[in-house]
Amino acid sequence: MAKSIVQEFTKGLWEELPPFRLVLGLCPVLGVTTSMENGLGMGVATTFVLACSNILVSLLRNIIPPKVRIACFIIIIASFVIVVEHLLQAYAYPLFLKLGVFIPLIVVNCIVLGRAEAFASKNGIASSTADGMGIGIGFTLSLGALGAFREILGKGSLTIWGDLGYNLTSVFPSFQPFEFMVQAPGAFIGLGLMLCAINAIGD
Amino acid sequence: MKMIQKIFDSQRKHFEEKGKFRMLHPLFEATETFFFFPGILIKNSPFVRDNLDMKRFMSFVILALIPPSVFGIYNTGWQSCKATGMSLDFSTVFFQGALIVLPLVMVSYAVGFFWEILFASLRKHPISEGFLVTGLLFPLTLPPSVPLWQAAVGISFGVVIGKEVFGGTGRNIFNPALTGRAFLFFAYPTKMSGDSVWVAAGSFAKEAVDAVSSATPLAFSNLAVAGDNIESVLEKVGFTVTKLFLGGYPGSIGGTSALCCLVGAIILVLAGVASYRIIAGGILGVYITGLVLNLFAGPQANPWMALPPFYHLIMGGFAFGIAYMATDPVSAPGMDHVKWIYGFAIGTLTVLIRVFNPAYPEGVMMAILFMNLFSPLLDHIEIKFKLKNRILNV
Repeated sequence: MAKSIVQEFTKGLWEELPPFRLVLGLCPVLGVTTSMENGLGMGVATTFVLACSNILVSLLRNIIPPKVRIACFIIIIASFVIVVEHLLQAYAYPLFLKLGVFIPLIVVNCIVLGRAEAFASKNGIASSTADGMGIGIGFTLSLGALGAFREILGKGSLTIWGDLGYNLTSVFPSFQPFEFMVQAPGAFIGLGLMLCAINAIGD
Repeated sequence: MKMIQKIFDSQRKHFEEKGKFRMLHPLFEATETFFFFPGILIKNSPFVRDNLDMKRFMSFVILALIPPSVFGIYNTGWQSCKATGMSLDFSTVFFQGALIVLPLVMVSYAVGFFWEILFASLRKHPISEGFLVTGLLFPLTLPPSVPLWQAAVGISFGVVIGKEVFGGTGRNIFNPALTGRAFLFFAYPTKMSGDSVWVAAGSFAKEAVDAVSSATPLAFSNLAVAGDNIESVLEKVGFTVTKLFLGGYPGSIGGTSALCCLVGAIILVLAGVASYRIIAGGILGVYITGLVLNLFAGPQANPWMALPPFYHLIMGGFAFGIAYMATDPVSAPGMDHVKWIYGFAIGTLTVLIRVFNPAYPEGVMMAILFMNLFSPLLDHIEIKFKLKNRILNV
């Protein structure tokens, strides 16, 4: 457990890449990745919750009674989810509408509770922050990649944020997207193919 | 024969463990076993308890596919010539049909074999003979106007996602040809269903169009409103019972003729390749469900309800699906009694989808894929029952 802070941060980017290495938090991974924008937005919201709850859990880890710790973690996480929900409503309302029910559902994302339980409640504040940020950024990148993959194949476009994006069908007019990939089965097939690719690359 | 044996023996060292072409060993093996009986035992299904081995087993399926393929070529050509005002004599029609169908078959084989060889080389398993069947079944289920690149995408999906990711032939849950078709159906719905895909104009057409509007019998039947009689609606546009049975109507390439599928099914059953239980179960399923629905028919009800059940057997792709797709020995259950249930459920679901879901005029593809999913469970249940009886008898 003698890892440096940098190592705690970088492990979330590859070694413990949440959806593909830990295979955790699959609900939003499958649900919101219909476009790159949605994936990235969801990832950023989760990263915020993850980092903030890791900090608070780590600060309070000697005060919280072990028997009711899960309930306390959930309260902490839920508070930050409400914060992020209000922030999205205020500053990114279209994205908030698109993500819909998945924002409140960050509360039950097992990555967030998992990091609080497995890491932040046992480690100091600096490494907990690094861990939360690292895992969160890894999660964001994974969602963004899967969202991009599905959006390119399914809609023939790539939206990074709002109006910023590319319409691939204008570059390759003969490319015909198959809408199948932005529907539910496309999520499972996309996730399976990406898991396959990540496993093939290995450590 | 000795000479061929010598050629293989002299080349074998290049393809073995340390040879320079060891990546291509599956290709070598596949070519060799065209000529000689392989000296190995297989470890996964389809198991054949007979003097046939797997390659010869698949040859019988190809043989049984000849009647629907030849008729499919003729029918595609006939529909195309008729729609574009070309002469209807036999040679023109057959030539026109071959121009439309053969490229689809060639694309399907070429792309499918590419994936087969790639996976066989990477995972070091032999090229499976099953693909000879899949590669021909797949184009026969397509509408004749489907673009070649879509056929290539579909067969790639069927082979890679439908079969190879599960570990290759014998381990796939779904029939690969139908998986590919289902993928195309959902990815490019406008090219796979509707009124304008079932007749291909072909390259010699007078008008420059890809496809000519012409509805299938199932689509015509969907136009019937409450109080109408589907038989008379079909009669009015020229689809008599004889015509439906013989198959001279627009539809997917190989799936229109119930007669050809019947001939194929008899070949398959006599050769011991297909299970007569699945086919009989499917026909019973369609018939009984149709009769039960007839009981609820009335002037206010959905006109589909009043349709005599044998219409379901001869319209659309049911005959083709139950003869060639449902009997696939890998994705169907392996135990004898549950094969009846499996076939029956396919028949029932086909009729239910056709009658109650106007969004899918044809239900047999969904029905077979859905029941493929249940076949391991059905096998499991039968084995449980058998084991229970055995313990009681002791």
